[in-house]
Amino acid sequence: MSVPFYVSPEQIMRDKADFARKGIARGRSVIVMQYDGGIAFVAENPSRALHKISELYDRIGFAAVGKYNEFESLRVAGVRLADMRGYSYDRSDVTGRSLANAYAQTLGTIFTETAKPFEVEIVVAEVGRDAADDQLYRLMFDGSVADEHGFVAMGGSAEPIATALQAAWRDGLDLGEAVRLAVSLLGDHGDEKPRQLTTDLLEVAVLDRARPRRTFQRMTNGRLAELLAG
Amino acid sequence: MSSSLGLPEPYRATGSASFVDFLTALHPDRLPRGSSSVAGPAPLAPHGTTIVALRTSGGVVMAGDRRATMGNLIAQNDIEKVFAADEFSVIGIAGTAGLAVELVRIFQVELEHYEKIEGLPLSLDGKANRLASMLRGNLGLAMQGLAVVPLYAGYDEARGTGRIFSYDVTGGRYEEHDFYAVGSGSNFARGSLKKLFSRGISTDDAVRIALEALYDAADDDSATGGPDMARGIYPVVASVDSSGVTVLSDDAVAPIAGVMVEARRSRPDGPRAGAEGEAS
Repeated sequence: MSVPFYVSPEQIMRDKADFARKGIARGRSVIVMQYDGGIAFVAENPSRALHKISELYDRIGFAAVGKYNEFESLRVAGVRLADMRGYSYDRSDVTGRSLANAYAQTLGTIFTETAKPFEVEIVVAEVGRDAADDQLYRLMFDGSVADEHGFVAMGGSAEPIATALQAAWRDGLDLGEAVRLAVSLLGDHGDEKPRQLTTDLLEVAVLDRARPRRTFQRMTNGRLAELLAG
Repeated sequence: MSSSLGLPEPYRATGSASFVDFLTALHPDRLPRGSSSVAGPAPLAPHGTTIVALRTSGGVVMAGDRRATMGNLIAQNDIEKVFAADEFSVIGIAGTAGLAVELVRIFQVELEHYEKIEGLPLSLDGKANRLASMLRGNLGLAMQGLAVVPLYAGYDEARGTGRIFSYDVTGGRYEEHDFYAVGSGSNFARGSLKKLFSRGISTDDAVRIALEALYDAADDDSATGGPDMARGIYPVVASVDSSGVTVLSDDAVAPIAGVMVEARRSRPDGPRAGAEGEAS
């Protein structure tokens, strides 16, 4: 019987993390940011059917980058968990924190226990009664969670976009300003040739604080064109 | 997965977009069915009474009285029996109130769950069929006297019209073309609707006719409550059209009910249907 080569646990984890990072970096980016009326999700996504952004519950949205089949299974699981909890207890008992925890546990287990980690990065965002109550959870492929304030950028160009957002984002942007800022950064973040993203290359949705019950709303192309025109 | 905080395997498995199917597989004890094997006569439980629905030029209007009865007693005088099922449909319930309210709750989750998983809402026919199959699950209890009879109506985005569906306790589904009523006072309400309804009426007219029909039902059926002017309790009225469901506020219903009650002082049996079929 042959003895397998010894590989240190550090090396295994590093390899897995590099593998996952490379997978995530291949995809287009998604920006999630707070604006004065709620939380906006802006993704570069030419597909009308394969969403990167979706609704989890009344006040909770989901955005992901990476491998579609992997984050789609997580999204469906999140919808099921949220609906199960809301049905078994009450709608107010479904929180972004509990969903972020469930995702963190799941991603952590997959990262350590399976040979191939998930190549995904996720944001779970919950819109609160006012901006101070808004919550943005960023979940990495290994299950680590970060509680962000203001904005999150994920995907291939996450770093330059996040740096630019650091300078440009401020409290109390209105929806038009937020969407225009996000779209300009998705198209031009200093690394590549600047591009002008048109509405058919964009997927935009909001958690609108003012709406009753279900706050999640997708932007139609018409509405988006209005916002981009300013 | 051992942790209760993570997403257990069934949650991540590929499967149907139906919440009821998922709940049945995972936690059948949480279904609003109860046990149909309990012996003995049905216990005395609150019953909801009359619901009316009628088509308008651009959609549908549904209204329900506010009374729940338990035998000869009034169990509740401000119960709500008309609900928005989702953005474009409403459901009204008659029958055993406890079971009916739970049926509405799981039906609402079912529609929303499908829409979130699939990214698109079900067709109105699809929604009506789901309700039928969920009703069939209650047949055992219905045989014991704990029946639930819903009335379902919505705006069909594909056809651009309002549609009304009635059901029987076995889950039979029937499309109604003009108007319908369910519950203990439904015979009287339907008679009233028959005289006052005409095709292509406006939403405002439909709201008025619905209130008249409920008044007529309350006039002859002890289990249906009329508008309670003293307490400010009025029928729940909802309208659906291409812009979605609107549940009228008490402030909006109060003046319409006020005018109707005032008119009944001179004609207690309500408006006379005109020769051209116009309500006068």
